[in-house]
Order: sequence, then C-alpha cells, then structure tokens
Amino acid sequence: MSHAQTLEGYNFAYLDEQTKRMIRWAILKAIAVPGYQVPFGSREMPLPYGWGTGGIQVTASIIGQDDTLKVIDQGADDTTNAVSIRHFFARTTGVKTTERTESATLIQTRHRIPERPLQEGQVLVYQVPIPEPLRWLEPRETETRKMHALAEYGVMHVKLYEDIARFGRIATSYAYPVMVNGRYLMSPSPIPKFDNPKMDNMPALQLFGAGREKRIYAIPPYTKVESLDFDDHPFEVQKWDDCCALCGAQDSYLDEVIIDDAGGRMFVCSDTDYCEDRRAQGHYGPLGQAAE
Amino acid sequence: MMTIDINAAPLLSVQNLGKDYGNLVACTDVSFDLWPGEVLGIVGESGSGKTTLLNCLSAQLAPSRGAVIYDTRVDGPRDILEMTESERRLLMRTDWGLVRQNPRDGLRLGVSAGANVGERLMAVGARHYGDIRAEAANWLQKVEIDVGRIDNVPSTFSGGMQQRLQIARNLVTEPRLVFMDEPTGGLDVSVQARLLDLLRGLVTRLGLSAIIVTHDLAVARLLAHRLMVMRHGRVVEQGLTDQVLDDPQHPYTQLLVSSILQP
Repeated sequence: MSHAQTLEGYNFAYLDEQTKRMIRWAILKAIAVPGYQVPFGSREMPLPYGWGTGGIQVTASIIGQDDTLKVIDQGADDTTNAVSIRHFFARTTGVKTTERTESATLIQTRHRIPERPLQEGQVLVYQVPIPEPLRWLEPRETETRKMHALAEYGVMHVKLYEDIARFGRIATSYAYPVMVNGRYLMSPSPIPKFDNPKMDNMPALQLFGAGREKRIYAIPPYTKVESLDFDDHPFEVQKWDDCCALCGAQDSYLDEVIIDDAGGRMFVCSDTDYCEDRRAQGHYGPLGQAAE
Repeated sequence: MMTIDINAAPLLSVQNLGKDYGNLVACTDVSFDLWPGEVLGIVGESGSGKTTLLNCLSAQLAPSRGAVIYDTRVDGPRDILEMTESERRLLMRTDWGLVRQNPRDGLRLGVSAGANVGERLMAVGARHYGDIRAEAANWLQKVEIDVGRIDNVPSTFSGGMQQRLQIARNLVTEPRLVFMDEPTGGLDVSVQARLLDLLRGLVTRLGLSAIIVTHDLAVARLLAHRLMVMRHGRVVEQGLTDQVLDDPQHPYTQLLVSSILQP
C-alpha cells in the first residue's frame, strides 16, 4: 500500500488473489486462442452489470504497482463511468493514473479505441456487454458454441446481406463482427466500426471482459483482424463532412453535440485526450481557440 | 417421369434401423435402399414412427441401432452415424435438404426471403452480394414467388408461400437428397395441389431423390415412386406406389386405403 489515499481493509485492486489468479488463467487461455471466448467465474463487483464489471475484473487481475492507468468511456476521460472506475482503482491500488494515451501502460475502455496508435507494451482492456457475435441470429448458447467450434459462420453474412437489402449498404456501424487470426468470429464490443481497422496488427495486447456473460477473450499483439464484408460491398468506415469544431481534426471519430434548441450542433472528437493534444499543438477548429 | 438406373449404387441404404425412447419402441427393423432420382413415400397414421424414422435418417436424431449409409460425392458410401458432426452438418447444408412440416421451423422469420434463400450459399462460402441476390431471385421464380417480394420477411407470406420459400431455401445448393416431413400439412387443397405440382416438377427436373413422410395417401400417390407403410414402428408393407395403393396386401394397408374419402 504505497499510496496515502488507498483504502484500508481491501486487497490490492479489490479482488482477492485467488480470484485474480483464476482470471489470469482465463486471460492466458484467451491469448493462446485468439478470439475464443473463455468462460470464467465472474465475481460480483461493487457496481452494476453493464457498467464495466468484466473490464474491471480483467484490469484488477493484471494491474501492478508500476502500471499507469487510463480509463475512457466513449473516448472521453471525464465522463462518469471513466471517472468512477479510475477513482476506484486509484483508491484500491494507489497506482498512477493518467489521461494521456502515450503515458498509460494499461487502458480500460468502453466503446472506443484511442486515436493515437497504441504501442508495444501497452494493454487495452475492453468492457463487453454481449460477447457473442452470433447471439441475435442464434439464441441457443449450445448452438453458438457448436458454430464456433466448427467455424460455421455463414449466418453472420446473412445479417450483412439483410443490411444491404434494406439500406443499400452494410448499415451495421458498431460491434461490427471481425474474424480473428482467420479462425474465430469475434464481436469487438460496441466500438464504432471506425475503430475496427485499428485492431488489425495492433502492437498492444487487447483483452475483452464480459462480466455478466462471464467470458474473456483476447487479441494478442500483431494478430490479423479482418472485418467481414462482401466482395461487391467491401468494409468501409464512417466519414464526416465536418471536422472537429474544437481542434479541426479530420481523421478522428466525431461525436455530434447539440448546442442549442434551434438546431445548432457541432462535431467534436470523441477522444478527449487526442483533441486536447492537438489543441496544445496549436490546431483549432471553427469553434475552438488557438492555444495561447 | 425420369428413369431410374437400377445398376447404380443406392444413394441411401438403411439397415435394421431402430429407435427407442426408453421402453417405448418408436421404430424398429427398418431396412430399405433409395436409388438416385427415386422418391420414397412413408405413410402411416399418427404415432406410427414416421417422423422418428425421418429424423433418424436425416441425422437429426441418433438411432438406437442400425446403420444409414449414404453415397457421398467425395468419399463414396459412408455411414452417416460414424461421420464427425462437422461432416454431418456440412452434408446437411450442401448435399441434403430438410423441408419441415411447419415452415416456421425451417425458415429464419426475422430476415427477408432473399436472405433465407441465400443463407445456404453464404454458409458454403459465397461472398458476392450481387450473385447471392440473383440466385435467390432465380429460386423465388422457380417456386413461383413474386420476385418483388424478395426483401419481405417470411412472416408476411401466406402458409403456401412460406412452404415454397422453405423449399427454395433447401434446393438452392442443389442437394441430391431431400427429406420432407408432411410438406403439404396445414395447407388448403388448391394450394396443396399447386405445391404438389411444383414439387413434382422440381423433383423430375433436378433428378432429386426424396423421402417424403405423409399421412395423406393422395400426396403419396402423386409424388412417390415407391411406398413404405408403417404401423406401430414397423414397416408392414412396401412396394411400388400404385401397387400398394391399388392392391394392398396387409390388412392395415387395406384399412388405410379404404379410409380415404371419395368426394
């Protein structure tokens, strides 16, 4: 207990050592079989399911005294979920926390991958609500497991076919299914498909934790991750006509923000660290100000 | 009607097949051969073991004894019960078709007709949207469904259309053997007649082999080349359809044939 503000009476990172060991076994297995969903004994956490219990358990099992933790929610460091999870780990471990992507060793995320490319040695932990990509097509768990075992993934294309038939293009825009290492179909958690290409050959380790569904899966560094598509309807990411109103970025994922009740709106980077970094470098958009 | 090459090897050879549910014998001592291009009808009253037999033949159920040997395209005759599950499932979505009594069991009700027909193509690796869609439209035409309804979900279709859609969905990978469980059950007579006409046309044109379970002797007479009559889980009589229906030998078959209403 190095930090003065850590809570008395709790083990390092909240979970007891046996639980952390069990989760680490699951993580090791998940890394050994990229994209395969490993069942684990998910514990009750001091926050509700759906708020990131899976991600928190993964983070708690691998965090060490020397780690620097960053937590983001929809790309932002300052939203409720991110603030409370960061606070939770600061109080139960006393490790350093940061909002800067490049100085973090461990990043827990909900629904985004940071814009700044991740490096070797970094670990990205995703919070996953529904780990099974086939769930809406096949409700039986016994059947989806069999489909994974036998690599019968044709039905996933039925969903994409249906998208094109209805909307003229693949309209799935988040939780876009990917094929990991040419073998397992995987749901990348509800990240926008804008982030899918970042998963391919990423130097950082990616871990996925689903607390309610009790599953952990992983993508080891430098693993091939392909987004599913059709030959005549290739995978493509979202594009915006606007740039970020604050930093002027045209290459980042933008959130639309309503700013008045007369239809006024602006687009801003969903990755707050990236946006601030750019503004610090002197970039600014239509509504932003140049750094002093 | 196409001719059957009697010198060819049987497509499906069933030997002493039986299935028990605990002490209850659902079907037993069933043996027959099915040749390429042949349509076999299985008739009998409710509870006579027809559907259990069909489920065993199509590897939906594991039989208690016996063997089902299928002449696969690549490896020649093989016992389907000794295949790995992945081989059986591959067979199921390529070389075989299964038309269920209730089209809702055999269709994906949440996705469009086109996706329903295209599913098998995508399952065997088709990845070109335009081609899949063209093939789906082609098959909708073959089963007399208006191509304009390709993007409608099957729940908006009538019972007869759903059944035809189910047939298209099964035939799109050009299977060699189709299992049908009461394909005309629950349809009114005029729709039945059109469906039978369609089925007969498809079976003849594509040279399909089929095993059709039905309790409707009229359906059996129209579609089947050969009939098997089942009672209490046993085959009591088998032979050419006309022979069995016009000159029934077994008392039960005589009863069955004499029970048909003559309008």
